[in-house]
Amino acid sequence: MAAFLVRALAQRLGLLVVISMLAFAVIHLAPGEPSEVDPMNPRMKPQDIARIRAAFHLDEPLHAQYGYWLRDLATGELRSFKDGQPVVPRIWERFLNSVPLFGVAILIEWTFAFPIGIRAAVTRGSRFDRTSTFLAYFLISVPSFFVAYLVVLGVVNTFQLPVIGMRTFGFEPASSLRLVMDRFWHLAIPSLMAALTGLAVMSRYVRSQMLEVVAQDYVRTARAKGLPDEQVIYRHALRNALLPFVTMFGFLIPGLIGGSVIIEQIFAWPGIGRLGYEAILARDFPVILTLNFFAAALTLAGTFVSDVLYAVVDPRIRLG
Amino acid sequence: MAAAPARRPVPALPSGSDAAPGTVSVRGEVWRQLRRDRLALAGLVVLALLFVTALLGKLLTEWVVVFDPTLVRLPEKLLPPLAAANLAADPLPVFGRYLLGTDDLGRDVFARMLQGSFVSLSIGFVAVSIELVIGLALGGLAGFYGGRVDALIMRFTDVMLCFPTFFLILTVVALLPPSIWNIMIVIGVTSWMGTCRFVRAELLALREQDFVRAARALGLSDARVIFRHMIPNAIAPVLVSATIAVASAILTESALSYLGFGVQPPDASWGNILSDGRSFLFDAPWLFLIPGVAILLVVLAFNLVGEGLRDALNPRLRRMR
Repeated sequence: MAAFLVRALAQRLGLLVVISMLAFAVIHLAPGEPSEVDPMNPRMKPQDIARIRAAFHLDEPLHAQYGYWLRDLATGELRSFKDGQPVVPRIWERFLNSVPLFGVAILIEWTFAFPIGIRAAVTRGSRFDRTSTFLAYFLISVPSFFVAYLVVLGVVNTFQLPVIGMRTFGFEPASSLRLVMDRFWHLAIPSLMAALTGLAVMSRYVRSQMLEVVAQDYVRTARAKGLPDEQVIYRHALRNALLPFVTMFGFLIPGLIGGSVIIEQIFAWPGIGRLGYEAILARDFPVILTLNFFAAALTLAGTFVSDVLYAVVDPRIRLG
Repeated sequence: MAAAPARRPVPALPSGSDAAPGTVSVRGEVWRQLRRDRLALAGLVVLALLFVTALLGKLLTEWVVVFDPTLVRLPEKLLPPLAAANLAADPLPVFGRYLLGTDDLGRDVFARMLQGSFVSLSIGFVAVSIELVIGLALGGLAGFYGGRVDALIMRFTDVMLCFPTFFLILTVVALLPPSIWNIMIVIGVTSWMGTCRFVRAELLALREQDFVRAARALGLSDARVIFRHMIPNAIAPVLVSATIAVASAILTESALSYLGFGVQPPDASWGNILSDGRSFLFDAPWLFLIPGVAILLVVLAFNLVGEGLRDALNPRLRRMR
């Protein structure tokens, strides 16, 4: 077990280094430098551009720049090109803002996807199955900002819910209960919107996984023994159908961070996706790179947890 | 595209070969199954209409300009669908009416949607073709050679899977000079991982089969064995996922448009018509609803056809019907 953990960790550290190099190469090799954000500005003289490039080490070879980035990241000296603020604390602060959004979205996905998917699989071909199937396709197929805009219109007009930002501005003197409720309502719609596509995909996946398992011989055996339907489905079938979902856990993270760019932009949520978008607009390389690095590290941590959990849940797999 | 080698007589799907021998071809069987799936059939009809629309769109907006998507008629701006054109407008739109209304510059939305249908569809197809080429090549190499090649390619796939894909696409598209081709290439280059893993798994299973051994014993080159003999047998699930990938590429383009990095004006794509339309949600809701519903319908059709094909190709599910 210990040997497995060490090996898995070492492997992931290696991957992380490769990922950071790749991200670095992609971003630096693509044309378009921070010094070219404002090419039409007549007051930008070639010497100014050269000065900017020298200040950010952009005139040095790539591997040297990578070295600088790594050194600054390790010493906590990494600063944004745009405003000179330290990068890591900023990403961390924005990440903490995004955590409730991600958390509630995942919660919504996992609590609804399983019952819907299981029911659809068990009652295959029924009206429930067909309706949920169609709804799932609908949600997978609709552009997320299209549906978000329509929902925002409906919700604001009928329920008077707040939808922009994390809290109501100037609400601080209110009682703490009202403050909590305010935060909650601000969170409700964005996280629901962030969860919709994932919910649809997941419920489809649960359904097909259940269908695979229900067709297995041991389920037929359980039925033949005369066990009640609930017991067959929830004790024999579901347990095995659940296994692949343990491995999905880690790969949820890149999707959430990528998807958050749109959702946070729509709802003016000061989270990690919006930070990334702003950094891209400003060609703020340190922020973009560190954000990619951070997302990859989170993903690798997620897959690590998945691997360990998988071994814990599935007795057929032995680590070592 | 990759469909060309599939025209060879396919020896039968590896998992479907236990069906009664010699009764129906695989393709006939799949078609029979697909015909029963009403949603998938509806999707096929929508797609057929879409192809016609896209070709007509290219024809009528660029080669023989019947509907001019770039003509600005400022006095006619924000007219609702089917509004009659005022006589001052020159030249008059076809039928003297704006079939889908006009936008904030008085451009004919119908003409723009026509032009956009070709653009959006070609983004989907080119991006997925790139994805297929990379996925088939890497997956083919990994699955055929195994061992160190396999380990290397799969590690690389793992690396790519760790990137937040949409964020990566956005970064690269934002840094590169804006062009439709860059969008297609970037979407394709960042989404081949699923195909690669699929193909590799299929090929690892096929590697020990007799027809592969026979092909190798005949002294055929490795490339020929991989791409002429093995991949046609592994192509079915890949085509299913490619159908769905076209849908997601169209959605990705619309998301990029929302952030301002999609197809740039004056070219129209459904994504940027939708994205522009949101500023007029209250004054001219059709500018938002028409492209939104169009994208929804088309993406839905691709998804339904893809899933229908998957069900039809999956022998285990078929038996349970």
